[in-house]
Amino acid sequence: MSGMKKSDYQALSISALLLVIAICLPWIVGDFAVTLAVNMAMFTVLTTSWALFSGPTHYISLATAAFFGLGTYTMGLGLDYLPFWLLVPIAGIFGAIMAGIIGLATLRLSGVYFVIFTLGLAEMTRQIITYVQNATGQKGILISIWFEEPTFYWMLVALAALIFLVGWLIGRSRLGFALRIIGDDEEVARHSGINTALSKVLLFMIPGAVAAMTGAIIAPRYGYIEPLIAFTPMLSFQVVIMALLGGTGRLWGPLVGVIPFSILWELISASFPNQTTLLLGLSFLIIVYLLPQGFVGLLLKIKGKMRDGRGH
Amino acid sequence: MGILITGLLLGGTYALIAMGLNLQYGMSRIMNLANGEILVAGGFAAFWFWTAGALSPLLTIFIVAPIAFLVNWLVYVIILRPLVKRAKSRGQLEVDAILTTFGLSFVAVGIMLATFGGDYFSYSYMLSPVELWGETYAVNRILAFIAAVIICGALYLWLNISRAGMSIRAIAVSPDSSRLVGIDVPKLSALAFALGGAVTAVGGALISTFLTLDASTGVIFTLKALVIVIMGGVGDVRGTIVAALLLGVLETFVARMIDPGLTLAAAYLLFILILLFRPQGLFGRRQS
Repeated sequence: MSGMKKSDYQALSISALLLVIAICLPWIVGDFAVTLAVNMAMFTVLTTSWALFSGPTHYISLATAAFFGLGTYTMGLGLDYLPFWLLVPIAGIFGAIMAGIIGLATLRLSGVYFVIFTLGLAEMTRQIITYVQNATGQKGILISIWFEEPTFYWMLVALAALIFLVGWLIGRSRLGFALRIIGDDEEVARHSGINTALSKVLLFMIPGAVAAMTGAIIAPRYGYIEPLIAFTPMLSFQVVIMALLGGTGRLWGPLVGVIPFSILWELISASFPNQTTLLLGLSFLIIVYLLPQGFVGLLLKIKGKMRDGRGH
Repeated sequence: MGILITGLLLGGTYALIAMGLNLQYGMSRIMNLANGEILVAGGFAAFWFWTAGALSPLLTIFIVAPIAFLVNWLVYVIILRPLVKRAKSRGQLEVDAILTTFGLSFVAVGIMLATFGGDYFSYSYMLSPVELWGETYAVNRILAFIAAVIICGALYLWLNISRAGMSIRAIAVSPDSSRLVGIDVPKLSALAFALGGAVTAVGGALISTFLTLDASTGVIFTLKALVIVIMGGVGDVRGTIVAALLLGVLETFVARMIDPGLTLAAAYLLFILILLFRPQGLFGRRQS
């Protein structure tokens, strides 16, 4: 690994400062805002890990809900035998394994097959779990432990900090370099001796593990788990929208999308609960036609223009 | 035997729907993930005409088809063509098309929820039983199957005999070379997209005679159609028909023998097998 530059230390100290602010948030704001902050932290975790894979590879993954549900169920079923703290990493391992299997089956092929496969994954897993529950006569799972809202928030912030660290390390590693080449031109990558399929599968395991861990952490917040709650396909789409809205070109990009979209989503679902699908649809269209690089692309463009303006 | 025939009857309608998607994805090169919503809209139209005017769904399709054709043509020309022009590579177009048609599908679901509400809808049309080889079937399924066969057959002939049909198939094979032999690619792509939409909407009207639909079921049908198209080979009409019949039979088998809630899981099982062993489709040749 190469040495650290001055700009790296700068970025690190800014990140550390932001992290401290994020940690102190629950003491500053009110109860309602903390609930919103839990959602934001959750989506920051999900979108940032999503962008780690889908950003460089341009493969749109809709598997988030499936991994999330897997994590929720791991927690729900495992609490009878193991403590909470052990189940979170175990859920992560399950998520990584599931992602690895999906990746091996689909990532050798063109991106379309991957999208289609992940599109129905949550629905399929839900059908299977419902079937198993009906066959065994079990209904939902009651979760026996419970935390205060700020506890959920801090756990998710810790997870987010971990992902940012991992993302930063990957960006500097050989894998990150390989992935950028794959994203630019897969043919070139293959000819320069990069095992493209393996790199993609390895990277896909990160959002898989993270989404499963998130599901495990959030599970006690639901109190009662059943397939319809654990596997909401909408979650996958929300993650895609927020990440693309922010932009996947930078590690902090998705975060820029999460904050405004979570607030907007909260407002819309509070006053027009039936129109969230419409909002989701319009956001997709806005991203494709107006913000192809997300807010990050827009910011960088403005910055570039300002620099040009000063040069003349 | 009963499973086989019910499966084939279901598969016939699936063939029609998948044919619509294949025209859109294989021929005009747009992966249309809003395909299922077109289907549901076709079903809504049939439901509405039947409950409000007692118009038979078999006649409704003559109203649904031209409207769906026009709507899809407009969608292609206004919304999708700019993406085709802007895309630097096939991959770029695919990502853009996927995001855009997701957007369109959510907008369509939102509009249908707002106008019709979130309830399931179904109606009884031609529910009288008929006996075939010792088993009984509902007339509506058989009628839908016959209609699907006629439309699929007409489409197959049109693609193989008419000049426009052959040009569309040429685009499916190679859009760049077809331009060289004087085929108007932009015009015919729009035509194929619009036609695909019309076929899917007709399939929706037919399927609504015997299945219950609601505003948000579209995505399930999109998935099934995609699995069929990939299994049959993208752009391959014959493969699509075989794959659709196969899926129909498998689904019916799973629904009868194991659990009716597992139909999507059955489709996925086929999908995984195809991805692992024949990603080029049942009749496709492996590309070098």
